[in-house]
Amino acid sequence: MSRIKTNLTNFKKYRFLLYELVKKNIKLKYRRSYLGILWTLIEPLLTMIVLSVVFGVFFNKGDKQWPVYILTGRLLYSFFSSGTKTALRSVSGSASMIKKVYVPKYMYVISNIISNFIIFLISLIILVIVAAVLDVQPTIYLLGAIVPLIILFFITSGVGMILATLNVFFRDIDYIWQVVSMLISYTCAIFYPTERLLKSGYAFVLDFNPVYMCIANFRNTVLYGKPLDMQYVLVSSIIGVVVLLVGIVLFYKKQDKFILYL
Amino acid sequence: MKKKEVTVKVTDVGMRFNLSQEKVDNLKEYIIKRITNQLRFNEFWALRDINFEIHKGERLGVLGLNGSGKSTLLKIVSGVLKPTNGTVMTKGKVAPLLELGAGFTPEYTGRENIYLYGAMLGYPKELLDERFDEIVDFSELGEFIDVPIKNYSSGMKARLGFSVATIVEPDILILDEVLSVGDKKFKRKSERKVMNMFDKGVTVLFVSHSLEQVMRICDKAIILDGGHIVAKGNVEKVAKIYRNMTE
Ligand SMILES: Nc1ncnc2c1ncn2[C@@H]1O[C@H](COP(=O)(O)OP(=O)(O)OP(=O)(O)O)[C@@H](O)[C@H]1O
Ligand SMILES: [Mg+2]
Repeated sequence: MSRIKTNLTNFKKYRFLLYELVKKNIKLKYRRSYLGILWTLIEPLLTMIVLSVVFGVFFNKGDKQWPVYILTGRLLYSFFSSGTKTALRSVSGSASMIKKVYVPKYMYVISNIISNFIIFLISLIILVIVAAVLDVQPTIYLLGAIVPLIILFFITSGVGMILATLNVFFRDIDYIWQVVSMLISYTCAIFYPTERLLKSGYAFVLDFNPVYMCIANFRNTVLYGKPLDMQYVLVSSIIGVVVLLVGIVLFYKKQDKFILYL
Repeated sequence: MKKKEVTVKVTDVGMRFNLSQEKVDNLKEYIIKRITNQLRFNEFWALRDINFEIHKGERLGVLGLNGSGKSTLLKIVSGVLKPTNGTVMTKGKVAPLLELGAGFTPEYTGRENIYLYGAMLGYPKELLDERFDEIVDFSELGEFIDVPIKNYSSGMKARLGFSVATIVEPDILILDEVLSVGDKKFKRKSERKVMNMFDKGVTVLFVSHSLEQVMRICDKAIILDGGHIVAKGNVEKVAKIYRNMTE
């Protein structure tokens, strides 16, 4: 109990640092690029166009809102993938700071997740525009969209904590994770309709993929005007909580050793 | 005279490092070595059985040859390193000045780094806003303040680091060879600033290879040798022992 309390006062003391680290991540990402933060809008738009054209040939049977389907999947997946990827490198990449000044080390991980989440929120502007252009009608269920986003935030944070810890000790986690996150992307139904996978006999992978569940629920509320799939909410949030707890425990157990391996 | 309160108390501290020649840092190697039972840990105690306390307002010099564990000890007291065993108690605000400016972000300008580095030291934004001009003035960086740090010389970085770290008056000041940075003018200026803090009763932990600087600044001293304390006491007495050791 007193540990929680000291952690909380510590967090308050370093709140400004969290803000500064988030700002740094976002600033440095777009510094020296001519279009700067506009890239958060242009990049998903371009990939949406390419994926819609390329995969539309195979999968799209005259659905006008198909690009929105792709864009929603892509936006959520890329938050997960860039969030975990930058979190993975966050501790090992801050070696020079960690060796010089004491700072609660989870700050390095969390700041990366938050900055990616902010970039994600900004990129939702493009979703609003595309949805309006393609005549997607907002419904009351749109409010539910916040639920899969929160769950995805927890999943990404937990996975990020685990990867950041492992990467301090084993630098090849970076390469392994690149492969794994590619595999996850294939099972997220980003650029093909879910029915394709259901028919193929590999439907079970969707039942194990919490990222897909968040994407599916996000589409339900944003694209289809449907309520949340409660089973997906339940399963993905259980996975999210478990992953986050594992991440926190692992991180706290190992953090004092980080400096010896940096 | 009444004994003053203890502000730093180091009890039975030991620090063990793993000095394996081949550091296993990838999974494949780790698994193979684990299975074939080849994981070797070349253990090394950089510090052993360290005990001392510093009272409020005392200034303790830490002497010792290269590799004797001075920086390791200072990192432990400032909380960067966690000791393998033993405990460290500190009372009040600690300002660690270890390898100044090494925590800067190279792509960031001096201005941006003041806020980031200040935040890392736990300073609130209002304080940094309020003291910003003072920091820039003291560092004498002039218009270089809006240039990315990667274009600074190492002396310029150290000056900025010193200026940021010393804007608050800490209760405990930890200095690892930092008063020897910068040119002669800045050296004198930073030494004066630190001396000013001394007058206000700050407790100091000081490492320097310049014996005469230690004698000028400190009133107590310890000698580390191979991770053990081999002498402690008054700075004159300890300095004499150290002179005999090194000659
Ligand atoms: N991260 C580390 N991993 C392994 N060994 C370390 C680490 N840091 C320090 N050491 C070892 O601990 C010993 C003490 O190092 P330390 O830096 O404390 O010496 P020092 O007294 O500050 O020396 P100098 O006068 O050169 O600054 C050295 O033998 C060094 O090799
Ligand atoms: Mg040293």
